[in-house]
Amino acid sequence: MLKRFWPWFWFTVGAMYFLVPLYATFDFSLRARRGELSFAAYANVLNDIKFVESFWFSFQTALATIVISALVIVPTAYWVQLRLPRLRPVIEFFTLLPFVVPAVVLVFSLARTYSRTPLTDSREGLWVLLIGSYVILSFPYMYRAVDTGLRSINIHDLTEAAQSLGAGWFTILARVIFPNVYTALLSGAFITFAIVMGEFTIAALLAQPAFGPYMNRLASSRVYEPSALAIISFALTWAAIAAIQWIGQGAQARVAGPR
Amino acid sequence: MAFLELVNVRKSFGASVAVENFNLAVERGEFVSFLGPSGCGKTTTLRMVAGFEKPTAGRIVIDGVDVTDTPPNRRNIGMVFQSYALFPNMTVADNIGFGLKIARRPADEIRARVEELLRIIHMSEFGRRYPYQLSGGQQQRVALARALAIQPKLLLLDEPLSALDAKIRASLRQEIREIQRQLGITTIYVTHDQEEAMALSDRIVVMSRGRIEQIGTPFEVYNFPATRFVASFVGTLNLLQATVVDAAIGLVSVEGQSIRVARPLTQHRSGDAVSLALRPELIALDGQINSEVNRLSGTVEDVTFLGSIVRVRVRLSANKLHFDLFNNPQLRPPQPGSLITVQFAPEACLVLGEDASPAHPMSASAAQAA
Repeated sequence: MLKRFWPWFWFTVGAMYFLVPLYATFDFSLRARRGELSFAAYANVLNDIKFVESFWFSFQTALATIVISALVIVPTAYWVQLRLPRLRPVIEFFTLLPFVVPAVVLVFSLARTYSRTPLTDSREGLWVLLIGSYVILSFPYMYRAVDTGLRSINIHDLTEAAQSLGAGWFTILARVIFPNVYTALLSGAFITFAIVMGEFTIAALLAQPAFGPYMNRLASSRVYEPSALAIISFALTWAAIAAIQWIGQGAQARVAGPR
Repeated sequence: MAFLELVNVRKSFGASVAVENFNLAVERGEFVSFLGPSGCGKTTTLRMVAGFEKPTAGRIVIDGVDVTDTPPNRRNIGMVFQSYALFPNMTVADNIGFGLKIARRPADEIRARVEELLRIIHMSEFGRRYPYQLSGGQQQRVALARALAIQPKLLLLDEPLSALDAKIRASLRQEIREIQRQLGITTIYVTHDQEEAMALSDRIVVMSRGRIEQIGTPFEVYNFPATRFVASFVGTLNLLQATVVDAAIGLVSVEGQSIRVARPLTQHRSGDAVSLALRPELIALDGQINSEVNRLSGTVEDVTFLGSIVRVRVRLSANKLHFDLFNNPQLRPPQPGSLITVQFAPEACLVLGEDASPAHPMSASAAQAA
């Protein structure tokens, strides 16, 4: 009996640690109107044109970041595993750099390096610079996810099988490698999505109308709306995780191998 | 001119030489196996034929065209891998049709070819399944069909049965051979399993340390091994330490017991230390051979029941000897500890010198007796 008690006790303590602040935030977000519970704060947030604009801007930026990261990182990780396995430690060291170099240092370095170029003297240029910064920021998550995905399949034999059937490098990447690292790519993509949606420092310093700076401004000027926004972000994150699970189920089963 | 030619092929990885002075000519429709222990260079040679490795020196010619520098996707060679290498994201039908789609063949032609190959491998109802839904044997059949779909000039199989259990291995190797004969496709098969190589091949290339030790039919390789390595690697062999007594008449001594071999030992002098090689199946219990025989006496050390045969291990003194008896439920096999005399014909003896080559090969009559 005691054997069953302790696991449940610690599970409950852990769950409370996460759920109580969440409930408190949710409860607080419902008290925008004095004396009643309502979704007024949510309505205020969703009706704010700046919310929609900043969310849409960050959404587009996140998608662009994911696409560029996938196009750069999948072929890189594939080639490193296939032909340059000795380079893996070097690449892994690079993947740690975004954790070590603070975002503020990164953005000033980029701005300084690309000053007096079209990247810093136009709105579109700055957007490109922002996406470039996010690609660097998401590098550890995307690379490691893709690298793990590639390790779960026998890329050497799959590549050689495709080659012997007449496929060139582009076909191998497009028809064999990408579909088989789809789940891994997706999990990296959603982490990237979450990072980009909430990122503040780089977007603020590059003066971009992103969702992160919007949330920050809202937190300093409103009372209940930031809590409502936190719950909306939380719901979006869970929706993204559910999407990973749902989309990934079929693909995971296919690469599981013989039973 | 042979269909596939490997001329003075050499492959080294840094200072280490994987394949040295490899020369081979394979006729159209022939089934040739590369046989040897791990690290002997057989897979490296196969990979050079496929185009996955570039020879350090030498030429590879297929159907009169020098393909040494041709990339693998332009060689039109079908390859089957030990790991099956089926594309996990594609169904069985898509896997088989992959090469044809790359070649941009019409959809109707692809469908017809896929159906034909599914029929050949007896998996017509499995077209919509994914690789993970198949057993290992089924996956390897799909891999074979996929390799054959593109109607390759050459079919390469790299230890395709190694990952399968014994029963499936035996049935699948039969199937591979039947399909190969049916399609008449020139095939190179890599294996370290001598039984597999002998059961499948028109010719076997026995390799050791990157070099060819012998090229021959299974009959030749087993019965007339060209080198000491081939003699010991192919089949089970008893190696007895012996001393030449009279080289001119082919007389040697094994622990004081005289043994006569079929021919004079022209490469040896009296008193030379040699090894006497004997196949277990050429040794019989005393009294079972009526012609001129050699006899050796010793103590039965172990008796192993292997189903259709019973393998008996006899200790002479310093030497040990194995021989096989057909299982006969009416006869009791020799008991461990009992004294026993075995006999064998002089033609069954292969005398190996201290160098790599045999003093003389086993004679044809001895081989036929096997």
